[in-house]
Amino acid sequence: MIAQPFEYHVPKTLAEASQLVAQFGAEGKILAGGHSLVPMMKLRLASPKHLIDIGRIADLSYVREEDGKIQIGALTTHYNIESSELLKSKCPLLPETAREIGDAQVRNKGTIGGSLAHSDPAGDWPTAVLALDAEVQALGTGTERWISAKDFFVGLLETSLAPGEILTAIRVPSLPARSGDAYVKLRQPASGFAIVGVAVRLGLDEKGAIQHVSVGITGVGPKAYRAAAVEGALSGKSPSAKRLAEASEHAAEGIDVNSDLYASATYRAHLASVYTRRALEKALDRASGK
Amino acid sequence: MSTKLLGERIKRKEDPRLIQGRAHYVDDIKLDGMLHMVFARSVYAHARITKVDTTAARALPGVVAVYTGQDIKGKLGLVPCAAGMEGLKIPDHPCLAIDKVCYIGEPIAAVVARDRYVARDAADLIEVNYDPLPAVTDPLKALEKGSNVIHEEFGDNVAFVAKLDAGDWKVVEADSTLKVIKQRFINQRLAPISMETRGVIASYSPGEDTLTVWSSTQIPHILKTQLALMSGVDEARSRVITPEVGGGFGSKLNVYGEEGVACFASKQLGKPVKWIEGRRENMLATIHGRDQVNDLEIYVQPDGKVVGLKCLIVADLGAYHQLLTPAIPTLTALMILGCYNIKHVDVETKGVFTNKMATDAYRGAGRPEATYIIERAMDLVAHELKLDPAEVREKNFPSPKDFPLALPTGVTYDTANYQKTLKRVLKAASYSKLRKEQERLRKKGKYLGIGLSTYVEICAMGPSSRMPAGGWEAGTVRVEVTGKVTVLSGASPHGQGEETTFAQIVAEELGIPFDDVTVYHGDTFQIPMGIGTFGSRTTAVGGTAIYNAAQRIKKKMARIAAHKLGIKPGALQFVDGKIQTADGQKSIGFGEVVAEAIFAKQLPPGIEPGLTEHCVFEPPNYTFPFGAHLAVTEVEAETGEVRLRDYFCVDDCGRILNPMLVDGQVHGGLAQGIGQALWEELVYDENGQLVTGSLMDYALPRAHQFPWFNTSNTETRTPVNPLGAKGVGEAGTIGSTPAVVNSVMDALRPFGVRHIDMPLKPEKLWNAMKGGLKTS
Repeated sequence: MIAQPFEYHVPKTLAEASQLVAQFGAEGKILAGGHSLVPMMKLRLASPKHLIDIGRIADLSYVREEDGKIQIGALTTHYNIESSELLKSKCPLLPETAREIGDAQVRNKGTIGGSLAHSDPAGDWPTAVLALDAEVQALGTGTERWISAKDFFVGLLETSLAPGEILTAIRVPSLPARSGDAYVKLRQPASGFAIVGVAVRLGLDEKGAIQHVSVGITGVGPKAYRAAAVEGALSGKSPSAKRLAEASEHAAEGIDVNSDLYASATYRAHLASVYTRRALEKALDRASGK
Repeated sequence: MSTKLLGERIKRKEDPRLIQGRAHYVDDIKLDGMLHMVFARSVYAHARITKVDTTAARALPGVVAVYTGQDIKGKLGLVPCAAGMEGLKIPDHPCLAIDKVCYIGEPIAAVVARDRYVARDAADLIEVNYDPLPAVTDPLKALEKGSNVIHEEFGDNVAFVAKLDAGDWKVVEADSTLKVIKQRFINQRLAPISMETRGVIASYSPGEDTLTVWSSTQIPHILKTQLALMSGVDEARSRVITPEVGGGFGSKLNVYGEEGVACFASKQLGKPVKWIEGRRENMLATIHGRDQVNDLEIYVQPDGKVVGLKCLIVADLGAYHQLLTPAIPTLTALMILGCYNIKHVDVETKGVFTNKMATDAYRGAGRPEATYIIERAMDLVAHELKLDPAEVREKNFPSPKDFPLALPTGVTYDTANYQKTLKRVLKAASYSKLRKEQERLRKKGKYLGIGLSTYVEICAMGPSSRMPAGGWEAGTVRVEVTGKVTVLSGASPHGQGEETTFAQIVAEELGIPFDDVTVYHGDTFQIPMGIGTFGSRTTAVGGTAIYNAAQRIKKKMARIAAHKLGIKPGALQFVDGKIQTADGQKSIGFGEVVAEAIFAKQLPPGIEPGLTEHCVFEPPNYTFPFGAHLAVTEVEAETGEVRLRDYFCVDDCGRILNPMLVDGQVHGGLAQGIGQALWEELVYDENGQLVTGSLMDYALPRAHQFPWFNTSNTETRTPVNPLGAKGVGEAGTIGSTPAVVNSVMDALRPFGVRHIDMPLKPEKLWNAMKGGLKTS
């Protein structure tokens, strides 16, 4: 369990970091909390020649509210999100998701930015940022852009970050009135990753019909995705147990469903439906103030 | 006796240093000039090695030596197997593969370098050319004619066949009133996964021609003998030191090839060589446990009384024998009757070679398999005859008056009261109330399961006649000049807490403070002889040796005390640091007698100076702890997810010396036994690749998956040793697995489900329930 040799760089500023990232290109890898990358390096599944540790850069760990939106620094740990009072009141889906990640040690070290940039097909964060229509900030040498969550996840361990770009922040809208969020997950018993994880944000109009619903699903396909067919079946409709259940049947529609030791594709697709329904029910209860 | 220590919840002497990180494990030991070793291992399950090129590895700066199978051939002995059954086939098992590899992870070459990082990089530079052969991974297919043969010299893949036949099967088979229940059970392969992986430092001194080995082992004395034989160093100049050991669960009851290579390398280089196993290596190349296929037939009367049992045990031994590999499944046959004196028995055990890591002793070692077979069978009997599982067990229990009870399997159970533990556990769980709740919930579409297991196990191993390397244990008690007491034990506990238990025994016997007793173990230069720690023997056998040594010390001190007091030597008591007459009228200080014994100014005639007594205890029999476990589970019909809601157990391990340590052993054992029922499984694919080779894939239980364990005990003292203690290291593991599986099967009963193999993953349950409810 010893990694291959690498050079270790500790930039003090973001500018310095992005210069290193640009300089080393494919031979470099950014280290944040290290909870995905370091195990891969120890198993020699990843062997970057240059490790750029951004962990010492000040001001990348924060949760703050700006112009009605919540911004979270890339180096904010899962634990800091889980325990953030601001998030608990303004965007409870994030603390609820954070609580489901790994174990206490992982949550104390792992970061939201690192997790998103890694784009693990069974990671928890992608579901929340998808369901929240979040945006991800990418900083290149002299460039800065915001990528919407739905464009961010490209494939297995692959994002739309360009070479040389560093993920620096996440921006999410706060929870509107008459809305509810939920994250539910079936853990793979060894790794704690999601066999299926479903995040939902659901908003009701004044008459109690579903005005908005977004469903992010992880663990089921090669990357986390928005369950458009589920959303389509509910949008504008008045919610009922039957309707939620029927809509949930579409949870894995069009997805090339994963199969492994813990769940075959058939069973996983079934779980996706069950957990989607459970997340919808929970979010609806919360939106209705139950 | 005023110094009441036995039976008390005394905190562990070991814990302050362990909890504060001040203890020393093998990897904490650093020697001058020490080199580091890393192994290159096979990536094929079955292949001929056509070439091993070490040129690039040798050229890497910092590399001191690279050894291959060819380098050790004829110079380093084979990995030993101590099992000695008739007709056993033992394939040559070199420490480094020479011309063939038989499992993934088999060591092919060893790199020795100035640090372990260089050694690791160099191991990747070793080029091995393989000529792949078809892998044999399924033990049943390995038995088929036409299967590829792993060890060509034997002609087939059968390592041994053992038969156990008793009773009169003509009578049984002619009895048409008997119901025959058949079932195949699979006892899946597990990984022991001790917190500390294996590790060894070998240090050969060319000047003195001595070999000192630090190893994370359960058997320092046996290891010393074997490494001396393998490396060719005189045994009297060989020493094994066992520092702190971070668990083993049987996996360190072994002699491994890596230990041999470390000795070889140190002897070649004249420098200390350290090897520390990585977790992935630990999963691949430390022994595995269980792995049996059991075809069972039960012959039962209409009233639920079982009269006959037939079983074919096919044991997947892996590619080579480790120290006790073939012996483990024979323990399954020995204990297959469980708590029931079934008259007619026919058990055949077949040990089979496959292209996998060797199986060997893992917590319970053969008895969890036996308990699983017989306790699942009892539930199948109840199920088929529509009887209550508790009632079926009661019906088949022997009476407490029947003990000692000789069984057709050839063992004699010492003493037990199975009725009592069963009754207690049913009461603790409010059994009849639970059954009513189950009925209520079923009507609401919720599936509660109640599962029982009443087990007996074989412990305190054991009589030397039945043990390959002897079954005695040695203990020494030495009173120092200052009155402090040194205890040496040949048993070598690896975390269980006998430094505490043994000190309790000696302090109570000598009537001195607990803190005045220090226990040492695990250094073959300090400890004259020893067998080791396994088979729940450490307290029952090792503790008895120490107890007996303490008796001899008392006898000698009493003679000296009587001489000093001017009275006849008789029944003197050792109380509160004094040695006194029964009426307390005459007494002398413990320290005063110690001074006399050692300074020897006025010793009575015929008494030798000194207070050191060495005892070897030879147990006349095994002990047979028993108990009753009850698991309450909830199964979600929609997804097959299982929640273990409650767990009750009543264990009887004979006399309890320290209830806190008993609780600890039971809790840990439960976690492992429940782990097998619900989560754990080592999976090899058809190419012999280990699919669950990391803790991201192999589902080791976590604390949050368990409810609070409701544990309690009855105490039926064994007559086998003067302590009355039976042993408790494995009871939790042995008793719990069938309780949980029986519970889940009970939950699924409305769906007409009879049996599902472990681990009970949600998908399997979901599939079984897909057919919907069955009205019976």
